[in-house]
Amino acid sequence: MKKNIILYSALLVFGLVAPFLFPAFKLQISFMWILVILALTWDVQGGQMGYNSFGNILFFGIGMYICAGVQIGMFFPLAEWTSSGGEKTFIHTPPQYFQGFFIGLILAGIVPAVVAATIGYGILGLRGHYFAICTLGLGIAAGEIAGGIELIGAGQGMTTPPWPKGIGDTELRSEFFYYLCFVLMVATFVFLRWAYQTRFGLVLNAIRDNEDKAEAMGIHTMRYKIIGWVVSAFFVGIAGGLMGNMVGYIEPTEIAFAGATYGVFMVLMAILGGKGTLWGPVIGAIIFHIFKEGFWIFFLGWQYVALGALIVIIVVFFPEGIMGWLREKYPEKFGEIIDEADRKAQVELK
Amino acid sequence: MNKIIKFALVLLSTFGLILGTTSTSFSKVEGNKIILGAAVSLTGKYSTNGKHTQNGYNLAVKRINEMGGVKVGGKTYKFDIIYYDDESNSGRAAQLAERLIKQDGVKYMLGPYSSGLTKAIAPITEENKIPMVEANGASRSLFTKGYKYLFAVLSPANQYLEVAIDLAVEKNGGKGVKIAMAFEQDAFSQDVRLGIVDAAKRTGSKIIIDDKLPKELNDMAATLSKVRATKPDVLVVSGHSKGALTAIRQISEMKVDVPMLAMTHCDASKLAKQHGKKSEYALCAAQWHKSLSYKDKYFGNGMKYDKDFNAEYGYTPPYQAAESSAALLVWKDAFERANSTDTEKVRDALAKTDMQTFYGNIKFGSGGQNTAKPMVLFQVRCEGDKCENKVVAPTKWASAKLVHPVPKWSER
Amino acid sequence: MDLLIFQAPILMVQALMDGILLGILFALIAYGMALQWGVMNIINIAQGELVILGGYIAYTMYLMGIHPAFGVIVSPIIMFFIGWILYKLVICRVVDRDLFISILATFGISILTQQLMNFIFGADVVVAQSNFGTTMLFDGSVTLPNSKIFSAFVSIIFAIGLVMYMKKSKLGRAIRATAQNARAAKILGVDTEKVYAATFGINAALCGVAGALISITFTLHPYVGLPYTVRSFMIVIIAGLGNLPGVALSGMGLGVFEEFADYILGTEFRIGSVFLLLVLILVYRRFKLSRKREYLK
Repeated sequence: MKKNIILYSALLVFGLVAPFLFPAFKLQISFMWILVILALTWDVQGGQMGYNSFGNILFFGIGMYICAGVQIGMFFPLAEWTSSGGEKTFIHTPPQYFQGFFIGLILAGIVPAVVAATIGYGILGLRGHYFAICTLGLGIAAGEIAGGIELIGAGQGMTTPPWPKGIGDTELRSEFFYYLCFVLMVATFVFLRWAYQTRFGLVLNAIRDNEDKAEAMGIHTMRYKIIGWVVSAFFVGIAGGLMGNMVGYIEPTEIAFAGATYGVFMVLMAILGGKGTLWGPVIGAIIFHIFKEGFWIFFLGWQYVALGALIVIIVVFFPEGIMGWLREKYPEKFGEIIDEADRKAQVELK
Repeated sequence: MNKIIKFALVLLSTFGLILGTTSTSFSKVEGNKIILGAAVSLTGKYSTNGKHTQNGYNLAVKRINEMGGVKVGGKTYKFDIIYYDDESNSGRAAQLAERLIKQDGVKYMLGPYSSGLTKAIAPITEENKIPMVEANGASRSLFTKGYKYLFAVLSPANQYLEVAIDLAVEKNGGKGVKIAMAFEQDAFSQDVRLGIVDAAKRTGSKIIIDDKLPKELNDMAATLSKVRATKPDVLVVSGHSKGALTAIRQISEMKVDVPMLAMTHCDASKLAKQHGKKSEYALCAAQWHKSLSYKDKYFGNGMKYDKDFNAEYGYTPPYQAAESSAALLVWKDAFERANSTDTEKVRDALAKTDMQTFYGNIKFGSGGQNTAKPMVLFQVRCEGDKCENKVVAPTKWASAKLVHPVPKWSER
Repeated sequence: MDLLIFQAPILMVQALMDGILLGILFALIAYGMALQWGVMNIINIAQGELVILGGYIAYTMYLMGIHPAFGVIVSPIIMFFIGWILYKLVICRVVDRDLFISILATFGISILTQQLMNFIFGADVVVAQSNFGTTMLFDGSVTLPNSKIFSAFVSIIFAIGLVMYMKKSKLGRAIRATAQNARAAKILGVDTEKVYAATFGINAALCGVAGALISITFTLHPYVGLPYTVRSFMIVIIAGLGNLPGVALSGMGLGVFEEFADYILGTEFRIGSVFLLLVLILVYRRFKLSRKREYLK
């Protein structure tokens, strides 16, 4: 227990001082925390519950648009902000900016959660690859449809309110967003850690191991499935709101409903680190980000070849991820009594 | 748990190591080099034009360096550019702009390809007070935000095809015409569309088809049969290179007759070469054409630029390359007039730019747009199987007469 | 909502024909996807990239002066070998694993291939010319490019050819046996490794044919593969796994739906409506099955 606390506090301290240790990388590390959130929340469906979702990006995009929409719409006519590709300029005063931003963030969490609750009944009734493909369809459809809605800028996208003049400089802005991302990431992690230790976590795992048996035992699986999705949607939505503001520009298929990039990356990161574990997605996200940035610097022109090869290698040779691999080698360190069948069931992909 | 801690520490130190080694501190000026930063689309859907942009930048850097470099404060500097690949993705472009400025310490930026990506980068360069000379972001909305650090050498997007509408109206005896249009769903194409909408209002023309083409445009048969059914006077299509090629292919295959077909990206997509006679009579908007009579002391005139570019890269430069080269010329001029590498002084010098390049005249308005260069319109004309672009408007530079209305497919 | 199509009913004929011709081509690609899904339990995300690669082969022939229509013969041969090699290198390792792993592994292959093609063939958008002319119907109100008609015919021929091959030939029967029960087939002496490699190769070959057809009907670019991947597996899902005639029908149905959606809802909602349709179909099926306390397998 003591060692746990040392570990956690070491990492917490690192996270808190990172902006000062690496001042030039603030935005980079902020993106990394967002990736961690994406991986952690995906794992709720993918790793813990066995439902491989390719559509969690739906909530990311909804959160992004809602946050921006509220930030702008509270003080200015949204339609005018986005018309003609954003020709008119409106300036937020500092109190307006922060008020709008925080209310926007809250709604960015709530609205996707509501959406998840609403469509959950239909979508979560699908199993296996049908669920995967249906959610993929959702993600893509959302991106395309958002590209057709004039109010939010359609294909031309929407800019988010610029940082108010007079409140510090770009360094302060980067720090502000950095800490928000970090806090959100910690909150997500802590919440999930707690949740997995309750009955909720057990039910999710039961659904993964054998949904029919779980149902036969009298568990209302649908209820728990929906709750899981709602939780993911909440955190992912807020992450989306943050991301939209950090980038400063929202584009329907590339930034908001970025299915082909972040939508798939969140799956990869969780797998890389180890599906179904708590730390797996975190480690996976961090390593994935480092590798990706590394490739972009050293393999420019070939970066996707390198990334593609890496993905193939991970998926083919390390499907259990880093945590899974560690678990195999040092099961005692995980405090486990080895029950081969049980362990295989935990780390095997369904 | 020991192992976990060890593992975590190893992880963090690797992390730190990688970050440390990658934060090579380029500063704005290193030795005798002035370093500019650029995020261009080397991969992704804009890779075609991203390559044109990069080639344009590189040719200009080479030429300027060969011809004695940049003289500031009695010292001579050479230009150098740090490139990153934005993958045709706006989020990525924004990230890279941040990286160039914060991690690589770049103090002077060159623009990316496409309005969408420029829109993503502009807020960042503006906030960080880093001047950016961009050559491929034509969206009008870039110039209405009061940016002080953005300078665009190209004419704004909405001007692209306004000339075509004006021509059509002129040929119609001054009366309004019926317009059908199809635009891709990105920032640039939608801006061109706004220009048409304005032109329509101005000339009393009616827009009878207004289709938005999705980005993964592969087939526009539906739009074209709507066009055939409603018989407009002008068909306007803008969808980057893919849009131009698809449009010509399907218009010729479906034998859709329209008196005037106006498009963008004809030269970037090598339309005349790829489709040959099928592309004849298509009207194209261009920021520049080699036959125009502008000149400067680095590249001579358009014909010479065309020759040199061909010699270096093996293909005819589309205007995307030409305007990219012009951006470097603007930088050189600004550095020398400011006689300093201080960002603010250079920015002020940029704002006062008033020069002629082989690409055109450049003078920046209050929002950063180039107010001194009109768009040109050219028409694809064929002699036998060889097809070329010939300038037809403005009449000052026309090397061929506009053919209007375009002969029907049955007569070709 | 645009009601033009109802005001000029002849447009419906055009939409129908365009949709069918388009759909048949997509169905060919979907056929390959269904084949390897059914036999090897692999969902190939790199399907679109294989198509584009096939297209580039035909385009290269065109550049060398050979008519690209011959690409429908040359491309599948080359692609078959590429498919075989891909199988031996990567796919064989994911075949007996989870379906989901194949999705990720092939995603890796797809982004790798995209950039390789970008490097080898350049970043230009390119087209090959078939010069096949146009068929005019109804006094010119409905025009069908002959290249599209050619594509439809070629697709149908290959599809029928494949069905017959599967029924009559030894390899075909081996493939079907393996699809039904791999272990039993192995016991009975079928070399399942060879079967899998051949299946993947056949899929690649089908993509090659489709790619050659696309080079003369649409455009080629290293990064335009994704729409073909997505369409093909939507068709397979809608048809239902194992339902090969269904693939053809779904393909055409989807093509027609897309065209009509374009006219009525507007081109910007064309793709979105197709995906929404997919979601709705799946959800509808799930509710129907849940009545019987079952679920989609």
